[in-house]
Amino acid sequence: MTAPLLEIEDLCVGIGATGIVKNLSLEVHAGEILGLVGASGSGKSMTALAVMQLLPESAAMTGTVRLRGETLTGKTDVQMQSIRGRDVGMVFQEPMSALNPLMRIGDQVAETLRLHRSVSALAARSAAREALDLAGLSGEQGALDRFPYELSGGQRQRVAIAMAVVMSPPLLIADEPTTALDVITQAQVLLLLRELVRARTMGLVLVTHDLAVIAQLADRVAVMHQGEIVEQGATTELLRAPRHAYTAALLAAAALKPKRAVRRAGSSEVLQASGIIREYPRRRRSLWRAAAPLRAVDGVSLSVHAGETVGLVGESGSGKSSLLKVILALERSQGGQVRLLGEEFSNATGANLHRLRRAIQVVFQDPYGSFDPKWTVERLIAEPFFLLNAPPLAAERRRKVAIVLEQVGLSAADAQRLPHEFSGGERQRIAIARALITEPAVIAFDEAVSALDVLLREQILELLAQLADRLKVAYLFVSHDLLVIRAIADRVYVMQGGRIVEEGPTESVFASPRHDYTKALIAATPKLPVN
Amino acid sequence: MKRMNMDSRSTAFIAGAVITALFVGMALLAQYWTPFDPRVLLIVDKLQAPNAHHWFGTDQLGRDVLSMIMLGAQTSVGVAALSVAIGVFVGVPLGLFAAARRGAIDELVMRGNDLIFAFPALLLAILMTAVFGPGAVNAIIAIGIFNIPVFARVTRAGALQLWTRDYALAARVAGKGPLRISWEHMLPNLVGLLVVQGTIQFSLGVIAEAGLSYVGLSAQPPTPSWGRMLNEAQTLTALAPYLALFPGFAVLLFVLGLNLLGEGLRRRAGRPS
Repeated sequence: MTAPLLEIEDLCVGIGATGIVKNLSLEVHAGEILGLVGASGSGKSMTALAVMQLLPESAAMTGTVRLRGETLTGKTDVQMQSIRGRDVGMVFQEPMSALNPLMRIGDQVAETLRLHRSVSALAARSAAREALDLAGLSGEQGALDRFPYELSGGQRQRVAIAMAVVMSPPLLIADEPTTALDVITQAQVLLLLRELVRARTMGLVLVTHDLAVIAQLADRVAVMHQGEIVEQGATTELLRAPRHAYTAALLAAAALKPKRAVRRAGSSEVLQASGIIREYPRRRRSLWRAAAPLRAVDGVSLSVHAGETVGLVGESGSGKSSLLKVILALERSQGGQVRLLGEEFSNATGANLHRLRRAIQVVFQDPYGSFDPKWTVERLIAEPFFLLNAPPLAAERRRKVAIVLEQVGLSAADAQRLPHEFSGGERQRIAIARALITEPAVIAFDEAVSALDVLLREQILELLAQLADRLKVAYLFVSHDLLVIRAIADRVYVMQGGRIVEEGPTESVFASPRHDYTKALIAATPKLPVN
Repeated sequence: MKRMNMDSRSTAFIAGAVITALFVGMALLAQYWTPFDPRVLLIVDKLQAPNAHHWFGTDQLGRDVLSMIMLGAQTSVGVAALSVAIGVFVGVPLGLFAAARRGAIDELVMRGNDLIFAFPALLLAILMTAVFGPGAVNAIIAIGIFNIPVFARVTRAGALQLWTRDYALAARVAGKGPLRISWEHMLPNLVGLLVVQGTIQFSLGVIAEAGLSYVGLSAQPPTPSWGRMLNEAQTLTALAPYLALFPGFAVLLFVLGLNLLGEGLRRRAGRPS
C-alpha cells in the first residue's frame, strides 16, 4: 500500500471553550473518494477548513495535517496560499457566492492558474478552456465569456469545479457540493466529480449530510457525530451493516420511509386550481414591439381534497413557486381560477379575501428568513390572527399560541423568545405553528424541508404526518426532492416547463412512471443500497 | 490581531460618542449659563488674546469667544437636528411608500427626489432668503429639504431588500396590506440603518449651517453662530488669529466626533437584519 495522500492526526478544533472537532484522525489515498458525513453542526465543515488552514480567526486548532508527507499545520498564510489551489482544490455549497459576479468565467478559471504559475494570458486561457471542457461546459456558446449570472446553479457549480481542478491538484475537497442543486443537476455534478477523480487519480473528500449522496460516490465513509468520528469503513459494508447507532439513524433518515399509510381522499375538494396561467413581463428589446412575456405557468390544473397530502414535484425553474404564489393569491394570474372551499379565491377582495385566507396558510423554505428578527415567537405565530374579525386578546391569544406550540413539539415558554434563539429545525416548527393557528383546511409547503439536514428533515416529516392525521388538514407539498414527496404525499403532480406532465397516486407514479421526465427524475435520485 | 482591531474600533466609537455628547451638552448648558453674556459689548475688553479670564479671548467688540462658541453650538445643534427631523419625517415615509407600491408611484417619488438632489442647497437657501428674509428657520427648511431624498433613498433601498424576505410574504398571507407591513415589519428593522444615516446627515447639517451662516443666510445677529464668527474673524486674521481658530476648530471637532459615532454605530449595527 502506498503512503496516504492526506493524513489528519489528532485534529482538535475549538471556538472558545467549545470543542468543535475532537481527536480526529483520517487518511485519504490517491484515487480514493472519502465521504465525510454527519448532521449540521457535527464539525465536518470545520475539518475541511482545517485541512486548508482556513479556519475562522476565533478558532484554535491542534493536531497535524500532512499532504503527501508534507506537514501543512504551522505553515504561514503566505506559504499556504501557494498550496491552496495548486495542491488542494475546494468546491463549496453555494456556487453563486463562490464566484466573482463581475468577472467572466473563463477569466476566473484562468486567474487561479496565473496566481500559481507565470504563464501567458493565452496559455492560461487555453488551460481554462480545457478545465471548463472537463467540467462539461464546452458545448455552450461562448462559454468562457459568460458571467456567473448568465448560468444556472448547476453550470455555476461546474465553473467552481473547473476552478478547483485547473491546477490538477492531487486532492479535492467538496463541501456539500450538490445540496443547493436539484436532483437532475445533482446527479450530473456527482458523475462529473467521480469521472474527474478516476481520470486523474485524485483524492476527493466529499462532505455532506446525505448518506444517499455518499452511497452514489464514495469508496469509504467516515461518520462524524459531535466532532468525533464514530465509525468509518468501506461504503458498501458500512451502509449494509452500520455498527454505530448514529450511523443507523442517519441511514434510516436518508432512506426516507413513507411516514404514514396512504389515505383515500375525501370526496370534497378544498382547493381547486384550473387552467392557471402566470406570465412575467420581459424587458422589451425593440422600441416598437413589446417583448413576448415569459410564461412560467402554462395552464395548470390541480386539486387538493380534504385531509389529503398532495405533492408537487419538479426541478428549479419548472414554475412550481410561481404556481404556489398564484394559489396563495399573492400574485394575480393571467388566466385560470383558484377556488378555495368551493368559493372563488383568486379574485376575492376585502372581507371575503380575509375570510378565505384563513383556510390556506404556508410554510416557506428558509428557516432564517421566515421570521421578523425583532418579533417574539408569540407575536409571530399570532400574526395570522389579523385575518379574524375579532382577534383573540392577551390571555386568550397566549393560550392559543401555547396550544399550537405544543402541537409542533415546542413548549409554551418558548413564546416569549426571539427567533434567533432557535435552531433551523426548531424554526421550521415555529413556521408550522404559525400556519396552524387559524386552523386552515390546507397548508402549502414551499420546499419546507430542503434547507434541513437528513435527521431534522426526518423529524419534521414525521411531525407533519402526525399533524395531518390528528388535525385532518390537507397539505400541498412543493419540493424538488422526489424522496421527500414519496415519503409524505398521497398523490403527486409532476411539473416541467410550466406544465403538469404526470399525475397520479404516489406509489403508482413512482413504480411505473409514464412520462420521460418523471423517469429521468426518478433515475437521477440518489439511492441507498437495499438491505 | 482581531482583538486589537475590535479595541481600536470601539475606541473610535467611544471617542465619537464623547465628543458628540460634549458639544450637545455645551449647547444645552448655554441655554442657562455662559461665562459671559455675549450680547453685552465691552469695547474696552476688545481683542484680548486667550487668558485666564477669557479662556478663548475676546473679539473686536469685546465679546467672550468661549461664550459665543457655546451659544453657536446651540444654533448648530438646533439647525442640524431640526433639519434631520424634517428629512426623517418626510423622507422615511416616502421611501417606505415607494418600496411598498413599486411601479409608477415608486418611479414618481424617486424621480422627484432626483429633482431635489439636482438643485444646489445654497441656491435654494438664497432663494428662500430672497422671499422670506434671512433666519435660522429658513436655514433649517433649506437643509431639511435636502435631507428628504437622502432618507427616502436609504429607506427605499433597505425596505426593498426586506421585501424579498419570506416574513414579508408571510405577513401578506396573514392578510396584511403593504402599508401595514411597512409599518410593522420594515420600519423596526430599518431603525439601525436610519440612526446611522441620521448621524451622518447631522454632521453634514452642522457643516451646511456653518456655510450658510458664513454667507449670512442662517441665524442673524445677535444670535451667535460659528459660520458668522469665522466670517467676522476673516478681516482680523493677522491681528487675532485665535478668533478664526476656535470656531473653525469647533466645526472640525464636532463633525469629526459625529462621523466617528456614525461609523461606530454602522459597525455595531452591521447589515440591516
